[in-house]
Amino acid sequence: MTTALLVAFVLAVFRISVPYVLAAVGGTLSERAGVVALGLEGMLLTGAFCAAVGAEAGGPAVGALAGAMGGAGVGVILAACVVYGRADGVVVGVAINLIALGGTRVAMQYVWQSASSSPTIPGLSGGWAGAAGLAALAVSGVAAAALTRTAWGLRVRAVGEHPAAATSLGIDVAQLRFGAVALSGALAGLGGAWLALDNHGFVDRMSGGRGYIALAAVIMGRWHPGFAALAAVCFAATEAAQLQLQAVVSGGAREFIQMLPYLLTLVALAGVLGRSRPPAALGRNV
Amino acid sequence: MSGTLQWRSVGKTYGSVVACRNVDLVLSAGEVHALVGENGAGKSTLLSLAGGEASPDTGAVSVDGDEASGPWTPTVAMANGIGLVHQHFMLIPPMSVVENVVLGREPRKGLGLDLEKAAGELTALAARVGWTVDPWAKVSSLSVGQQQRVEILKVLWRGARFLLLDEPTAVLTPSEVGPLFEVLRRLAAEGVAVAIVTHKVDEVVHVADRVTVMRHGEVVARLEAPLTAAEIARAIVGREPLPPPQVPRPQGQGGGLVVRGLRVGRALGPVDLAIAPGEVLGIAGVLGNGQTELVLALAGLAPDALGEVTLGERPLDPRGGAAAAARAGVSHIAEDRLERGVVREFSVADNYLLGHQRRLAPSGWLDFGALDAEVSAALEAYDVRPRDASAPIRSLSGGTQQKVVVARELSRPGLRLLIAAQPTRGVDVGAMERIHEAIAAAASRGAAVVLVTSDLHELRALSHRVAVMYAGRIVDTMDVSDASDLRLGAAMTGAR
Amino acid sequence: MSAIERAILALLAAMATASLLFLFWGASPVEVYGLLLARTWGDAYGFGQVLFKATPLALTGLAVSLAWRGGLLNVGGEGQLAAGSLAMGLVGAAMTGVPALVALPLALGAGMVAGGVVAAIPAVLKVRAGAHEVISTIMMNFVVVGCIGFIGRQGAYVEATVHTAPIAPSAAIPSLGIAGSAASWAVALAVCAAVALHVVLARSRVGFDVRALGAQAAAAEAGGVAVARTTAGLLLASGAMAGLVGASTVLGYKGYFEDGLGSGSGFMGIAVALLAGGRPLAVLPAALFFATLSHGALAISTLVPREIVDVVMGVVILAVGLSLAPRQGAAR
Repeated sequence: MTTALLVAFVLAVFRISVPYVLAAVGGTLSERAGVVALGLEGMLLTGAFCAAVGAEAGGPAVGALAGAMGGAGVGVILAACVVYGRADGVVVGVAINLIALGGTRVAMQYVWQSASSSPTIPGLSGGWAGAAGLAALAVSGVAAAALTRTAWGLRVRAVGEHPAAATSLGIDVAQLRFGAVALSGALAGLGGAWLALDNHGFVDRMSGGRGYIALAAVIMGRWHPGFAALAAVCFAATEAAQLQLQAVVSGGAREFIQMLPYLLTLVALAGVLGRSRPPAALGRNV
Repeated sequence: MSGTLQWRSVGKTYGSVVACRNVDLVLSAGEVHALVGENGAGKSTLLSLAGGEASPDTGAVSVDGDEASGPWTPTVAMANGIGLVHQHFMLIPPMSVVENVVLGREPRKGLGLDLEKAAGELTALAARVGWTVDPWAKVSSLSVGQQQRVEILKVLWRGARFLLLDEPTAVLTPSEVGPLFEVLRRLAAEGVAVAIVTHKVDEVVHVADRVTVMRHGEVVARLEAPLTAAEIARAIVGREPLPPPQVPRPQGQGGGLVVRGLRVGRALGPVDLAIAPGEVLGIAGVLGNGQTELVLALAGLAPDALGEVTLGERPLDPRGGAAAAARAGVSHIAEDRLERGVVREFSVADNYLLGHQRRLAPSGWLDFGALDAEVSAALEAYDVRPRDASAPIRSLSGGTQQKVVVARELSRPGLRLLIAAQPTRGVDVGAMERIHEAIAAAASRGAAVVLVTSDLHELRALSHRVAVMYAGRIVDTMDVSDASDLRLGAAMTGAR
Repeated sequence: MSAIERAILALLAAMATASLLFLFWGASPVEVYGLLLARTWGDAYGFGQVLFKATPLALTGLAVSLAWRGGLLNVGGEGQLAAGSLAMGLVGAAMTGVPALVALPLALGAGMVAGGVVAAIPAVLKVRAGAHEVISTIMMNFVVVGCIGFIGRQGAYVEATVHTAPIAPSAAIPSLGIAGSAASWAVALAVCAAVALHVVLARSRVGFDVRALGAQAAAAEAGGVAVARTTAGLLLASGAMAGLVGASTVLGYKGYFEDGLGSGSGFMGIAVALLAGGRPLAVLPAALFFATLSHGALAISTLVPREIVDVVMGVVILAVGLSLAPRQGAAR
C-alpha cells in the first residue's frame, strides 16, 4: 500500500517535472548567454499548442517535434528583438508572453473553432512519465557538460559575463546569444509539448505560470543547469505532494505549498541561502 | 616590409570628437615604441584601429606592407599577429586563466575542450617570458599585476608579433613596472614589435627605442633614443607651462578640513591630513593608489569608510551621502564627469540643479525663477556657449560640460571644502584656464581645496602644498616649492 | 526618436498587425475598425464602458510610469492591485454606519496601504540585497494570489463563495450614470492622480530626485539623492498607486471584492506606461486607447476572435521596446 503510494508519487513527480526541468535548463542557457529568460512562459504555451496541432496531424512524435520548433520560433523572435533589435529583454519577454497568450487563443479558434480547448489528440500514456522525466534530467546533464566542457559552452559563458572581452577575441556575441535563446525556446517548447501530449490535448492558458516557476528554478539553481533542474524537480515534488495530499491537507497548507516555489525564490533573492550571482552581463545589450 | 605594422593616413571621428587625424606610423619588429600624449590625444584610438575594434574613417592599417582585402575585424587583426592588451582588462573574472587564454581559439579533443594541452603550452610560454602562472587559478583571485600577465600571455599564445599595450602601467604598483618593462625588452629582443601607450614621461625614457608624441589627434613629434624627459615633456604639452594663477597664501588657521585615521576598505588609509581655509592641497600619485576612495569619502560617498573627518570644526560623515556633505559646505568636481559629474540626458539647467535641489526647493517645490536666474548668471560668468540653459548637456563639448559642473559646484553658498578630482581631464586649453581661475578664486574666498590630478603642471600651478599617495596612504607631504620631479617621483614609487 | 514618434510608431505597428490578422480571418479591417469605434466611442454605453475599463489601466499605468521614471520596472501590479482591492472590500464592508467623508478615504487608504505593503518586500530586497525588482515583483504576484486565497478561506469571503461581503453604501463611489455603464467617479480619481503625479515629477524636489535617479544613478547619488531611500519609496508609491485600482472595480462597480477581480490590468499597465513613455499625463490617452481595444474586442467578436486584441497589446509593448533600444553608434 505505502509502496504503491510511493511509486505513484515518484511517477507524479516525474510527470510534473518534465516541463519545469526542460524550461529551467533552457532558461539557464539563455541567461548564461546574457539574455533574460522572461519569455519561458510564452515558449511553453506556444510549444504546447504546436505540439497539439502536430500530434493531431501526425502522432506524438510529430507533436513533440512541432512543440520544440514552436518554442524555438518564439525564441527566435525574442532573440531577434533583444539581440539584433537591442530592445530590453524584460520588456520583450512581457510582450512575447502576452502575444503567445492571445495568439494561441486566436489560433485555437482558427484550428479547432474553440476558444477553450482542442479535441482529444493522440498523446502519450502515463507510462511515459518515468522515461520523459529521466530524459529531461539527462538533458540537464548534457547542458551542464556542454557549458563547462565544450568550446561552445566556454563562449556562451564568456558572452554572458563579459561580451566586450568576447568581442575582442573575435567571438560573434550576437550570434551566440541568438543561438542560446533559440535553443532555450526549443527546450521550453519541448516541455510545453509534454504538457499537451500528457494531457492528450491543448487547453487555454495551458502553461499556467510554469514558465515563471522555471525562471524561479533558474535563480534557485544559481544559473547552473544541474542545480536548476534539481530546483525544478523540488518544485514539481511540492506540486505532486499537494495533489496527492489534497484530501488530507487543510486549505491553508495547500495554498502555502502552492506559494512555496515563489517564496523560496524570494528567500534566495534575499541572499539568505548564500550569495547567488547572476551572469555579469545579464540583460545588458552590447 | 616584413615585420611591420603600419598606420597609413588614418583618421577617426567619434560623434563630433576627432580622435585622430591623418596619422602615419610604423611599428617594426624588435622595437619598443612609445605613444605618448595627454588624455584624449588619440593614442588609444590608434591601438583599437590596429586591433580591428574600430574601423578608420580614412586611411588603413596594414601588416607587412599588405593591406587586408576584407574588413579589418578583431579576428583578422589577430590572425595577422596583432595582440591588443586593453587598459581595462578583457578578462572574465569567474573563469580560469587557461579558459580566458583559449577563448575564441579553443583546442578541441573530440566534442570537448582540450584545456590540459593549452595549460601545458601556457606554462611553457610563461616560463619562456620569465613568469610563473597557475593556469587553473580563477582570474578573480589574481592581483591586478597577475591579471596583466594573463592578458599578455593571452595574446602571445595566439601568436602575437605586434604587442600593443594601452596604459599598461596605470594599474601597476611602481615595483611591478620595472619587471614588466624587462619582459617587454626581452620580447622585443626576440623579435616582437612592442607598442605602449602612456602619458607618463619618465617611463618612456626607460623603456622606449622610439617615441611618437600625439596631441589633439595628430602626431606632433617623433623622437629616437637617446631620449630625455624634458624633450618629451615639451613635445607633449606643446606650450610653456601656464603661469600659476594668483592663489594668495591662506591667512587664518584652523576651521578647515581635518581628517584623522580615514580608511576605506583595503584601498585607502589610514590617512591623516589637514587643510586650512584658503589652502590648496594637491594630491599626486599613480592612478589607483587610493585617490578615488579619498575623494569619495570626503564627498560623503564611501559607505564603508571608517575614521574621523571634521570640516570647520563640525563632523562630516564620509558615509553620510552627498546631501549631508553639501549641507556641510562640500563641493565635489567628480573624477568621472560622464558617470558622476553630469546626468547625460538632462539639460544644462537640470544639471546645474543637481546638488542644489534642496536649496532651490525650500518648500519641497522647485523655485524655477531662482534657478533660471542662477543658471543664466553662471553661463555668463563661465562663458558657456551656447547660452542655452535648456540645451541637452551631452550636446556640449567636454570642456564646456566641465565648466557647467564647476559653475554648479562653486555656486554653493557657504562653500568650505572644494574637492576637485582631475578637474581638467579631457578639457580644452581655454576651458582649462577658466577652471583653474575658478579653483583659485574658491580658495581665495576661504574654501579648503583638495586637488587630485595626474597633471603635474596643474598640481604645481594651483597647490600650496603637495601630498603624494602610494598604496592608499599619504607617503610624503611638502611645500609646493619643494615638489621637484625627483622628490615627487620617489614618493610616487613608494621609495620614501 | 521622441516619445510621441515612438508612440505613433507603436500604434501603427499595432494597427498593421491587427489589420493583417483581420484580413487573415477573412474580415475587412475597415468593417472591424468601424464596428469597434461605433460600439465604443459611437454610443453612450460603449463610451461609459471605455471610461470604466480605462480607470484601472490608468492607475496601473501611472504606477508603472512612476517606477519607470526612477529606473525601476514594477511588474508586480497584478499582486498589488489584488491586495489593494481585497483590502478595500474588507474595509469598505466594515464601514456600515460610518459617514462617506470618513468611509471613502479609509477604504481608499486601505487599498493604497495594501498595495504598498506588497511592494515593500521587493523594495527591501532591492535595497538590502540588490535583488532585481522584476523577478521579485513577479514572484510576489503569485505569493499574493496564494495569500488572498488563504485569507478568503479563513473567513474574509462570504461562506461558500469567493467574494467578500458587500461594502457599506457610504464607502461606495457613485456611478457616473452614463447609459447604464459601469463608469464611476473613480475616473476622476485616476485623472487627479495623473495630474498630481505630473506636477510632482516636474516641479517638486522629490520628483527631480526620481528623474535624476532614473536617468543616471551614479550622478544622482553624487548630486545628493539618497539612492536607497528614494528607490524604496518609489516602489512603495508605485505599489500604492496600483493598490488604488479597487476604487473602480470594488468601490465603483461590484460593491465587493471577488477572486480575480481586476486581474490583467497589472500587466496591461506596463503596456500603457510604455506607450505613454512614462509620462503621467500621456498615461490617460494611452489607457483610453487600450480600454477602447479591450471593450471594442467584445463588440467585434462577431467578426473576429476578440483575443486578437491581446496580440495587438503585446505588439504595442514590443514596438515601444524596440523603438526605445539604443541605436548602434550612438555610444561614446
